[in-house]
Amino acid sequence: MLKIDPHQFILDYGLYACIQCGKCTGGCPMVIKTSLNPRNLIYRIIIAGNGFDVEGREELWDCTTCSTCATRCPKQVNPMEAVIGLRNAFVEKGKIHSNVKVALESTFRHGNPLTMLREERAAWAEDLSLPAMKQGVDYLYYVGCTPSYDPRVQHVTRAIVKIMQQAEVSFGYLGNDENCCGSEVRRLGEAGLFEMMVEDNTEIFKEFGVEKMFTTSPHCLNAFLKDYPKNKLSVLHYTQVLADLLNADPGEKGKKASDLFTGKLEATITYHDPCYLGKHNGIFDPPRDVLRSIPGVKLVEMDRSREKSLCCEGGGGRMWLEGTNPSVRLAQMRVKEALETGAEILATACPFCLLTLEEAVKHINAEEKIRVMDVAEIVEQAL
Amino acid sequence: MTFRPRIGVYICHCGINIAATVDIAAVTEFAARLPGVVISREYTYMCSDPGQAIIKQDIHDLDLNRVVVASCSPRMHEPTFRATISDAGLNPYCFEMANIREQCSWVHAGSAATTLKAIELVSSAVGKAAQLEPLQERQVPVTPAALVIGGGVSGMQSALDIAEAGFQVTLVERKNRLGGHVAHLYKTFPTLESAGDLVNSLIDAVSNHPGIKVITEAQVVEIGGYIGNFKATVMANDHQLDVLAGAIIVASGYEVFNPIRKPELGYGVYPGVLTTWDLEKLLPGDITVKGREPERVVFIKCVGSRDQTVGNPYCSRVCCMVTAKQARILKQKLPKSQVTVFYMDVRAFGKDFEIFYDKTREAGVIYRRGNPSEIIKKGDHLVVRAEDTLLGEPVEVEADLVVLAVGMEPDPQSDDIAGLLKLARSSDGFFLEAHPKLRPVDTATAGVFLAGCCQGPKDMAESINQARAAAAAAMIPLMRGEVPVDAATSFIEAELCSGCGQCAEVCTYSALTLHPVRKVMTVNPVLCQGCGACAAACPSGAINVHQFTFTQFMAQIEAFSNGWEVSEPSKKLEKV
Repeated sequence: MLKIDPHQFILDYGLYACIQCGKCTGGCPMVIKTSLNPRNLIYRIIIAGNGFDVEGREELWDCTTCSTCATRCPKQVNPMEAVIGLRNAFVEKGKIHSNVKVALESTFRHGNPLTMLREERAAWAEDLSLPAMKQGVDYLYYVGCTPSYDPRVQHVTRAIVKIMQQAEVSFGYLGNDENCCGSEVRRLGEAGLFEMMVEDNTEIFKEFGVEKMFTTSPHCLNAFLKDYPKNKLSVLHYTQVLADLLNADPGEKGKKASDLFTGKLEATITYHDPCYLGKHNGIFDPPRDVLRSIPGVKLVEMDRSREKSLCCEGGGGRMWLEGTNPSVRLAQMRVKEALETGAEILATACPFCLLTLEEAVKHINAEEKIRVMDVAEIVEQAL
Repeated sequence: MTFRPRIGVYICHCGINIAATVDIAAVTEFAARLPGVVISREYTYMCSDPGQAIIKQDIHDLDLNRVVVASCSPRMHEPTFRATISDAGLNPYCFEMANIREQCSWVHAGSAATTLKAIELVSSAVGKAAQLEPLQERQVPVTPAALVIGGGVSGMQSALDIAEAGFQVTLVERKNRLGGHVAHLYKTFPTLESAGDLVNSLIDAVSNHPGIKVITEAQVVEIGGYIGNFKATVMANDHQLDVLAGAIIVASGYEVFNPIRKPELGYGVYPGVLTTWDLEKLLPGDITVKGREPERVVFIKCVGSRDQTVGNPYCSRVCCMVTAKQARILKQKLPKSQVTVFYMDVRAFGKDFEIFYDKTREAGVIYRRGNPSEIIKKGDHLVVRAEDTLLGEPVEVEADLVVLAVGMEPDPQSDDIAGLLKLARSSDGFFLEAHPKLRPVDTATAGVFLAGCCQGPKDMAESINQARAAAAAAMIPLMRGEVPVDAATSFIEAELCSGCGQCAEVCTYSALTLHPVRKVMTVNPVLCQGCGACAAACPSGAINVHQFTFTQFMAQIEAFSNGWEVSEPSKKLEKV
C-alpha cells in the first residue's frame, strides 16, 4: 500500500478542472508503448475517495515529462506535474528503482547524478584556460552535469566555448564550484533534495555575482527559469545567445553571421526540437535561425516538428530508467522520421536528445546514412 | 423655518427571509429611539399593498418628510417605495433604503451579531435620510429614430421590427452587402433549410423598407449625445453623414476562430485539414480533397472553444449542431464515406436539436468521445491522434479530410464601437449586458442595446430572439417620446472649481465640459450617470453627487459608528 490523500492532491494539482476530454492521453508519446494514461489516472484520483494507492503503478516512471499533456490541456491542468507529485509518494517511502536511488545519492554527495567526483567536474576544461566567473563578466556559462562529465557531450561543451570565444562573448564559468541544477532530481520526485539544491545554487550564483547566464542543456535552463523561486537571473539557452548575435542589426555589438563563419558546411540538416527547449519554453526558432545562418546548410523539417515534436524519452529522469517497455524506443522512431526527410545530419540542442538519438542511430544501423549532432557542433564546423 | 426631519422607519420581515435571522422587534425598537425618527414599525412584507398603505397613512397622519425602509436590495424595491411616497405627496428622493436582506440576513447565521449589523445598517440609513434633499427628475424629448450597427441577421431583424413600428432606422454595415456570416452558410440546423433563402428574404425586406436607410461599406466613427438624443457620425465609402437617433442597437457580430493558433492541428499546413467554415462553402458543390472524394472524414469539436490555452474558456454553442448538420450532409453526399465525430460533450440543447443529433447518428455518423490532441501525417494520409475516453484507449484514426469545428470569438473590429459607446466587455471579451438575467439586451449606457453574437455566441434563432428583444427595448423611449433623467447626478460648486479638468478625464460618459467663458467645469445632467468618479477625482472637493453628497456620506458614517451608543444596547447585542 502506498496511499496518498486524493482530496489534498486534487486541490494541490487543480485536478477538479479536468473534464476528461482525453487530449492529454491522445497526445502522450508514451501511450503507444506503455499503459500510462494521464486522463484515466486523473479520473481514478478524483473518484478515489479516502485514499489513492499508487503501489504497483510502475507506468508512472514511464513519463518523460515532455509536457505535451500540459500544453494541450484546454483546462490548463498539468497532468505531468501530477505524475511528478505521485512519484514523490514512492520516493518518500523509499520504494524506488536502484538506479534512481544511486542517481539521487550521487547528486546529494557529489553534486551530479552521474556518480562522478565533484573534483573532476571541470576536468573537461583543463586545457582551455577558461576565465572564472567574476563580477563584470557578461554571462555565466552554466555547463551542467552531462555536458561536464559525458565524453560524448564534452564535444558539445568545447564547441560552445570555442564559438562564444570567437564571437567575443564575455563569459566565465564556475569550474568545480558548479553544482547540479536539480532538474532531474525534481522530476524523479525527490522534492526535498531539490529544495536543498535550489538553496545551494542560489547561494553560489549570489556569491559569484551572476546576473545573466546561458546553459548547454534545456533541462538546466528550464529548471532555473521555472522551478527556482522567482529571481532576477536572466537565463538563456546557448542557442538563444547565438541567434541574438546572428540576428543583431549590423552596427550593434556582436558578430554577424558573415563575420562569424569563415567556412561553410554543405549539408541537409533536420532539427529535432528538444521537449525542454520547445514545448516547455517555446524556444523553436533560435536553433533554426542559427542553423540557417550557416553557409551551405539546407534545413528541412520533419512532419512532427515544433509543438508536435516527438519526445526522445530522455527526460523526466528516464536517463536512469528503462521504463516498462524498453523494446519500443521513441528515439528510434524519431531517427526514422529524420531519415524520411533525406537529411544527413539530425541536429538537436540537448545533451539527452543527443545521447538517445545517437544510440538509436546505432541500434537501427543507420550510421552510414545520418549523423546526430548538436547545433553547437555543427556551427563549430563552419567557423 | 429650519428644516426638521420627521422620519418614518419600516422594518420588513420579508416573510422569514429576514425575520428568521434578525431580531426584527429589537431593530424596530432601536430605530424608534434614533434622532429624527417619528415612527418605527415592522411588517411582514413592506412591498405588499398593505405594507405600502401603512407608509402612505403615516406620511399623512404623522406628517413624515423622510422615509427609511429596511428590507431587500434597492435594486429590487427602491423604485417601488419611491413611487409609494411620491403617491403620498413626498418627493421620491426623500427615501432611503437599508439592505438588511442580501447584505445581512441572507449572508449571516441567526445571532446577536446579525441583529446588531441590521441595527447599524438602519442607523446609517436614518442618518443619511435626515440629510436627504428633494430632487427634480427631468424629462427630455426623444428623436423618433434608431441607429442599428451591423447588418447581419440580428441587426437586420432589429431594424425591421423598429421600422415596422413606424420609426426611422439607419442600418450601418461595414461590408459591402448585408447578411453577415449567415449569408455564407449553406443550410441551417435543425431544419436543413437553405440559409441563403432565409437571409435573402430578410435582406429584401430590409432593403425595400421605406423606413430603413441602409448604408453599406460604412462605419460609425463618432457618437455623442445620450438616450433619446444620440448623434452619430457615419463614414461611408466617400462621404460622411450625421445620424440622429433616440436609441442605438449594437449588432456587430463575431469572428470565426482561426485554428492557426492551434499548431498541433496542422491547419494551413495540411491541405486535408479544413474548418467547418471552409467546409460550409464546399457543401453545395463537389467535395474533394486534392482532387479526390474523401473516404474517411473526421470532425473535431471544440476547436477554439472551451479552451483556456487560446483564452476562450466558453462554449461557442453552435459547433455541436454545425458538426451534426455537416456530418449528416456529408454522409448524404458521400454515402460510402466513413464519418467520425470526436466530441467532449454533445450539447444539443435547443428545440429539436436532440432529435437532429439522433438522426445524424442514424445516418451512420460515428460519434467517439475524446478531444483529439494532434494531427500528424503518416505517408500520404492524415492521422488524428486521440484517446477514445469511453474505451479508455489511445487511438490513431486515419483520415482524408479533417474538419475542425471552429468556435466564435469577439470581433476585434468592434473595438472601435466599444470605445465610442463605452461598452464594457465580459471576461470572455464579448459585450457585457447590464444584467445576465434581468437586463439581457441592455448595456450600462442608457439607450444602447445589444443584439446577436456581439454579446456572446448564439445560433440564428437565438440571435433573432435577442434582436427582437433589443428592438422592443429600444422602442420604449422612442414610443414614449420623452425620457426621464435620473436626478442623482453630479453638481459643481463653481466657487471651488479651478477648471483643471481632472474630472473630465475620469468621466466615462463625457458629461463634464469646461465652460468657455466662466472657466469652470459644467455637468450635463442628461449624460451624467451619477457614478461619482468625478467627485472622487476633484482635488478641490468642488464636485458632489446628488443623493450621495459628502454631507450625506458623513452623516451615514457618523450614524453608523455612533448609532448604537445612542442607547445602551441590551446584553445580547454585544459587539462580537
